[in-house]
Amino acid sequence: MAAKGKITIDQGLCKSCELCITVCPEKAIRIAETFNHRGYHPAEFVLETCRGCSLCATMCPEVAIEVYRG
Amino acid sequence: MKKVFSRPKCLKPAPFHYCPGCGHSIIHRLVAELIDEMGLQGKAICIPPAGCAVLAYNYFDIDVCESAHGRGCAIATGFKRALPDRFVFTYQGDGDMAAIGTAETIHAANRGELITSIFVNNAVYGMTGGQMAPTTMLGQKTTTSPFGRRSKVEGYPLKITDLIAQLDGAAYVARTSVGTPAKILATKKALKKAFEVQLEGLGYTLVEVLSPCPTNWKMTPVDAFKYLQERMEKEYPLQVFKDITAQKKED
Repeated sequence: MAAKGKITIDQGLCKSCELCITVCPEKAIRIAETFNHRGYHPAEFVLETCRGCSLCATMCPEVAIEVYRG
Repeated sequence: MKKVFSRPKCLKPAPFHYCPGCGHSIIHRLVAELIDEMGLQGKAICIPPAGCAVLAYNYFDIDVCESAHGRGCAIATGFKRALPDRFVFTYQGDGDMAAIGTAETIHAANRGELITSIFVNNAVYGMTGGQMAPTTMLGQKTTTSPFGRRSKVEGYPLKITDLIAQLDGAAYVARTSVGTPAKILATKKALKKAFEVQLEGLGYTLVEVLSPCPTNWKMTPVDAFKYLQERMEKEYPLQVFKDITAQKKED
């Protein structure tokens, strides 16, 4: 089944607080192994299961997440 | 696919200086979203505090006037009286509002000034390095209460929101939290209500928002959000203390 939603994460803004991961009901976000320019491991989107519920974006303290649904 | 969530227009595209997992930036976003939704960008004036949120003018794309430490409500009073058609709000921390600015806050509330105060309570002095604040909870360890706050020595936590709710000038007083997405949406609702009450000219409005300070609580952001819900929300119960619009409906 195709994903119902998708998110984009601005990895330059992410500070690796992991709050988006704790609220995601589909486990569609994980921490990347790479670093961003500030030295944090940013969150990255794992496709497939996202349903565009916006919980991650509501929680994100950095306003780094945009949510698409359709 | 349709975009359903993006950065509010009146939140500048600047990266926040706050620590990872700080509640301030969530509250900034809620305020910016409401200003967008209610079309207030042209007439909103923000009074930031001295404290972590002192750099709020870097983030809000609205008029901002920095205040001296604790004097937010006094400055906001001046703005609102000189420019009564504007929407004026103060954004204050617990050190700013409940310690050095207690007098200004209580008297502005008692005069029923038509302003909104957003009171961000994280139970420590964040910017200066995590010293004990008036709102620090009993037993909570800070750099100046290293064995935990003791009531016999440092007194009890000051619940200033409860105090202000007793005043006749206050029109809407509520306490909310940013602990979970549902509570964040409830915070937005409370802020919206407070903004509407100010625009209707009914009186002073105050929304206290409980917010985590992972750095000074010495926790990871995820643990800090747990502590916020398990400890702080018990000490400071989430509720609407006063809402004169609801009372009017009953009458």
